[in-house]
Amino acid sequence: MLLQQLVNGLVVGSVYALFAVGYTLVFGVLDILNLAHAAIFMIAAFATYALVAAGVPLWLAFLGGCLLAGLVGIALDRVAFAPLRRRNAGTLIPLISSIGVSIIIGAIARGIWGIDERHFPNALGDAPPIHLGAITVTTVELVTFGAALALMLGLSYVLRATALGRNIRAVAEDRVAAVLLGVDLEKTIAMTFFIASALGGAAGILTGLHYNSVTVDMGAGIELKGLAVIILGGMGSITGAVVGGFILGAVETLSVAYISSNWRDAIAFGVMFLILVLRPRGLFGKRALRAA
Amino acid sequence: MISFFTSHSKLFDQLAINALLALSLSVCLQAGQLALAQAAFMGIAAYIGAILAVSAGLPLLPCIAIGALASTLAAMLLALPVRGLRGVFLAIATIGFGEILRIVANNLKLTGGGEGLSQIPSDANTFVIYGALIIVCIALYLLSRTKFALAIALTREDETAARGVGVDTAGVRFWTLALGGAIAGIAGVLYAHSNFFITPADFGFGRMEQILVACVIGGSTSAIGAVVGSIVLTLLPETIRFLADYREVTNGAILLGVVLFAPQGIAGLWRRAKS
Repeated sequence: MLLQQLVNGLVVGSVYALFAVGYTLVFGVLDILNLAHAAIFMIAAFATYALVAAGVPLWLAFLGGCLLAGLVGIALDRVAFAPLRRRNAGTLIPLISSIGVSIIIGAIARGIWGIDERHFPNALGDAPPIHLGAITVTTVELVTFGAALALMLGLSYVLRATALGRNIRAVAEDRVAAVLLGVDLEKTIAMTFFIASALGGAAGILTGLHYNSVTVDMGAGIELKGLAVIILGGMGSITGAVVGGFILGAVETLSVAYISSNWRDAIAFGVMFLILVLRPRGLFGKRALRAA
Repeated sequence: MISFFTSHSKLFDQLAINALLALSLSVCLQAGQLALAQAAFMGIAAYIGAILAVSAGLPLLPCIAIGALASTLAAMLLALPVRGLRGVFLAIATIGFGEILRIVANNLKLTGGGEGLSQIPSDANTFVIYGALIIVCIALYLLSRTKFALAIALTREDETAARGVGVDTAGVRFWTLALGGAIAGIAGVLYAHSNFFITPADFGFGRMEQILVACVIGGSTSAIGAVVGSIVLTLLPETIRFLADYREVTNGAILLGVVLFAPQGIAGLWRRAKS
């Protein structure tokens, strides 16, 4: 029973982690909280659903959804953040313009798709579950967990071992020094947004598959939970977001099993509040709290 | 004009309540605090004001007094643990506080759970609501002529420098949060007593976003701006028929437009036009 709950928690946690990684990547590089991340999460799930419904194979639709999410991310940066960057607008103003974009994306999605819940036609749910001793895992859970893990490992490789990753890390460390050393700032930021948004989009698609449900409001829950995850892990820390995501997934599943599902979300925000008050750097955040 | 007013009296009530909420956030923003728990303070007072009226039969004025007192105390209690947080960290902590309260309200018997409370007497009429708005505006105007207002502005512009010239910045941060909680509480009781029923969803993150949007559109560091922003945000989609169907897109586009092209909000445009 406990083992089964932990496995469920691992699957949920992998999606939280994937979502939070994109959230925290943008924060780490630009010091801004992108509240449109959840809208991109939702739009990618809808795009993939539309492609699958039109007969496109699932894996291709998945890639299409991620690509769209990445492009929306670049557009988001051009429209909502780049003009503010040029006039050094601080942290409040970009946060607000990202709320503006998220309202617009949500309204457009509602206009196109309405408020009805959608289900993936012949999703992976039909495949028989796999039994491993006392544990039961469905194909959908395996795919969700595997894809999330593969994407996070891929990101880690890109950041560690490629020229782009080096540029991103350099800009995150010290923007001025990076530019002086020849890093193309705007291109690096655009790529950061592409990667972060594509990962956020992938999290949305996997969430839609996992619960076999896509709605225009699906981003509302994860938007604030993602905040709890990156606070727990430490703002700007990729490792922290991954670990935080898995911890939140496990704690939530266990609290549903052993306490009550009604209080599940209160635990996430309770932990977030306590971490902020007691250890604002989170588990892995390197930088101390700064005034903004 | 008069017939427009009477047929839209609900809208005008809503307008004044939104203005009060924007003022409550504006007080915090003026001290440089991005504290996003105003919807939660509003909710605390709304529920207390509703429960007192429904189960104890209390009239409106004591409901407002007790509700606002409770939300002020809640704001003071919140101010203590978050006193070390700045910028987005303060924003996130206060959002978390609001979410916890919303979930608690969703699960308690006392608050009627997710279905909320109904049968609240609708005794907050337009005169009472505008009376409250005018009193709050006068109080804030009197405050703006004191030394404390200067301390607030100094704390916002440069906290270290403000401390250097002897401003008690911790006190400024504490009392502006408390004042914001009080104003949000007044708005909350008025909201409950003019809407017949309330649910926890009325006081969630969506509401907080609306309040923030009104403040930023008007001009985030001015009280007049907060009122102007609420007027624009409440009336624009209603008066321009074409926009009513696209209310959300309009709100998003206005917000984005102001942030990008008029960083000081409508109040800033006005100041620029005058000078």
